[in-house]
Amino acid sequence: MNTIVKLCGYIIVIIFALYTFFCFTVFRGKNKERSEKIYRRQRVCIFLISAVAHAVLYLMDYDFMIIILFALQMIAFFIAVHMYQIFYKGLSKLVLNNMFMLLMIGIFMLERINMEYAVKQSAIVLAGLIFCIFIPVIIKKISFLDRLGWQYAILGIILLAVVFLFAEEKNGAKNWIIIKGIAFQPSEFVKILFVFFIAAVLTKKSSFKRVVAASLFAAAHVLILVIEKDLGGALIYFITYLILLTAVTGNVLYLLAGLSGGSAAAVIAYKLFTHVQTRVSAWRDPWSIIDSGGLQVAQSLFAIATGGWFGMGLGRGLPGKIPIVESDFIFAAISEELGGVFAICILLVYISCFIMFVNISIKIKKPFYKFTALGLGIQFIFQVFLGVGGVTKFIPSTGVTLPLISYGGSSVLSTLILFSIIQGIYVLNGSSGEVKEAENEESGG
Amino acid sequence: MKNRADKNNDNRNIAVISYSLMIIFVLLIAYIVIFLAGDNMELLNNPYNKAQEIFSEYTRRGSILSADGEVIAETVTDDEGNEIRKYPYNNMFAHAAGHFDNGKTGLEAQYNVYMLNSGINPVVSALNELKGEKNPGDNLVTTLNTAIQKAAYDALGSHRGAVIAMEPESGEILCMVSKPDFNPNTIKSNWDDLIEDDNNESALLNRATQGLYPPGSTFKLLTLLEYMRENPGYNDFSFSCKGSVSADGYKINCYNKKHHGNEDLKDAFASSCNSAFATIGMGLNKKQFRNLCSSFLFNEELPVNYAYKGSTFSFNKNFTTGEVMQTAIGQGKTLISPLHNAIIISAVANGGYIVTPHIADKMVNSSGRTVKTFSYKNGETVIAPEEISFLKECLLEVTEKGTGHALSGQDYTVYGKTGTAQFDSGEESHAWYIGYAELNGKKIAVSIIVERAGTGSDYAVPVAKKIFDAYY
Repeated sequence: MNTIVKLCGYIIVIIFALYTFFCFTVFRGKNKERSEKIYRRQRVCIFLISAVAHAVLYLMDYDFMIIILFALQMIAFFIAVHMYQIFYKGLSKLVLNNMFMLLMIGIFMLERINMEYAVKQSAIVLAGLIFCIFIPVIIKKISFLDRLGWQYAILGIILLAVVFLFAEEKNGAKNWIIIKGIAFQPSEFVKILFVFFIAAVLTKKSSFKRVVAASLFAAAHVLILVIEKDLGGALIYFITYLILLTAVTGNVLYLLAGLSGGSAAAVIAYKLFTHVQTRVSAWRDPWSIIDSGGLQVAQSLFAIATGGWFGMGLGRGLPGKIPIVESDFIFAAISEELGGVFAICILLVYISCFIMFVNISIKIKKPFYKFTALGLGIQFIFQVFLGVGGVTKFIPSTGVTLPLISYGGSSVLSTLILFSIIQGIYVLNGSSGEVKEAENEESGG
Repeated sequence: MKNRADKNNDNRNIAVISYSLMIIFVLLIAYIVIFLAGDNMELLNNPYNKAQEIFSEYTRRGSILSADGEVIAETVTDDEGNEIRKYPYNNMFAHAAGHFDNGKTGLEAQYNVYMLNSGINPVVSALNELKGEKNPGDNLVTTLNTAIQKAAYDALGSHRGAVIAMEPESGEILCMVSKPDFNPNTIKSNWDDLIEDDNNESALLNRATQGLYPPGSTFKLLTLLEYMRENPGYNDFSFSCKGSVSADGYKINCYNKKHHGNEDLKDAFASSCNSAFATIGMGLNKKQFRNLCSSFLFNEELPVNYAYKGSTFSFNKNFTTGEVMQTAIGQGKTLISPLHNAIIISAVANGGYIVTPHIADKMVNSSGRTVKTFSYKNGETVIAPEEISFLKECLLEVTEKGTGHALSGQDYTVYGKTGTAQFDSGEESHAWYIGYAELNGKKIAVSIIVERAGTGSDYAVPVAKKIFDAYY
């Protein structure tokens, strides 16, 4: 029994390493047929990893639910992959595969940690996928997306402010709204509006006056999040704004000014808020304050150390001992059971997504869409950095979810939307008349 | 055309920014790789880390071995297939090795995960797993020597107290005894008695490392060293002892009010003359003496990785003359553990540095191959060579003519100091002995306390002799 679990652990790691390897080798050579073959192989990897993982989980306590969930997941996966390829003609298949790979890992880890969470998460993912199928149609229909600007920010600030007034506190942050028993986190969705806002306002004109005004609006977002004690959220908004501003204007001075302003603000926040101090001291030395705030980071490091390179085997760790393991600290649970190699491969898959997002951004001509894609990409990868960095004690823990893997409806839904918007922008701008227009212009000029 | 140029600029900006972002990911991955590649045994062994229990499901706990290859603790399977921890020496190593049941202590706790790690051939390990068999855990080889441990254990007899013997240069602890003790084999059934502790025995307390006692006259070693540092002409010291000394209405007696007569510094030390040392104490610079004591780790952390209680020393300008005199002869408010006193005497023996006393030597796998060697770093030098030669003369004088006379005339040469620490009027004193023996360059240092027994020379010195005899 143990041997089977351990063996399966190795198989999962090897298949996932292979998958990751494909992520970075698929573009060697321009042969389209070869790429297609690799994408198909990746999807086989996704199927195999999920199958082996579910087999182990089933052997653990013979819960028939596991088999049902696996069957449903595979059906949904099969249908969704085909639907996406129909509705998103010419999409990035690598990003599509990565999205499903990460979703599958998240769900089988949740099945292992808490079945109820897994079922809820599966339902939300399914609903999200159905919604996201229509995103390209929506983008196409709403032709005024790039004509709006300040409206995005005003809407965003209002939403965040409403949350602040009616919010419930959960895991230390006051950024949850509960409507009819369903808790959601509006900041996860406002952050997409936020990217629209920056891209729309700054690509029209980037005079100094306009930058100042945009910065004030951006600062308002960040400030509300800080007051809500959503440190991770505040940081993601801040960095997204700063990097996007620098990319649009090409002015490094903005980046330097922003970073120094941000550092000053961080110092002030540290002096003002005890919860910030706790996070920083838990990062500096979780061992000495293990009973007063350091436990989470300590347990997370225990888990990663216990897992070593190849993990204890799925189901053989103790994820229950890490507080909020199903969301912010799921990376530690994965490291413990599937090992450091698997965990690093997850990071590489995230990076592969980001590289694709940047490539898409570079290929798009229309500035609004170009920078929307870039902004969303930065938001995504920076969240990964905060999440993994916090769990591994590389940086202080800021309490953010791991995109597509962590439990959390708002988080997974907003990430699905984020992926779909980028893909949607890509298929609309990559193959539409606009590209040809630009090419004509070039050849004409 | 301008539009087009803009786009190229945009793309260049995007590329630069994205690749810069990648740098932090390279650092993050490097950090994780370094973390995983590092030695995380300490993390695994942290008492808060519950993962240790998982390891025991797949590994049979390794043994604790003495330096001479005897089994101090081992895991055996009983007739019903339950794993039990066996201690062949029963009570003898109870405090040195710790116990397994009812909450792990000592080496059992400290090296828990090391013993649950199997350093055998991975192929054999995989085969074992296939067969559904547990892998044998690695064995912890200690520095303890069963012959010396037995000598110390028997020598202490039915007295309460503690004994530590170690090699003063390496810090390898050869024996560690604390009494009263308990039988780790039966600790489960005796637990209630041990906890209730009707006779105030504190049998679970390792007195060798966690017992704090007034150092008594063993402390005169430091008073002497401080006097030497403040008075370079210490060789000219002379004192006329009349059995007691009085100052500001306080009186200090020599042991049994004995008149030691005219004496130099060496004589006063050898006869453990309270009057002389109380007088010396009144002339000492308080701040300088405090500094000397903290360099010898009073009020400081000891360089050990196991549980101990820190020693305390205070000496300040608010002290009454009585307190000053008491402190100089090792009474007063000063408290020290036998372990700490062993470190102090070892510094004289090893040429002046603070040694790191340790019990854990290495981990060997089930076929005897070393899988990990524990290394220890010695501390700073606290005694100068010229100071050592005089201290050695004084300590030798104790053996030749003073309170340690029972140790003279052996093959080995003994340098030491007795102590008789009063802790409560009306009770017998604690008997102390700290010292080291030397023969052909081979050295062994001891620190011995016998509680409520009487004088150091009557009760602690004989224990030292048995240990030295067992060693050489």
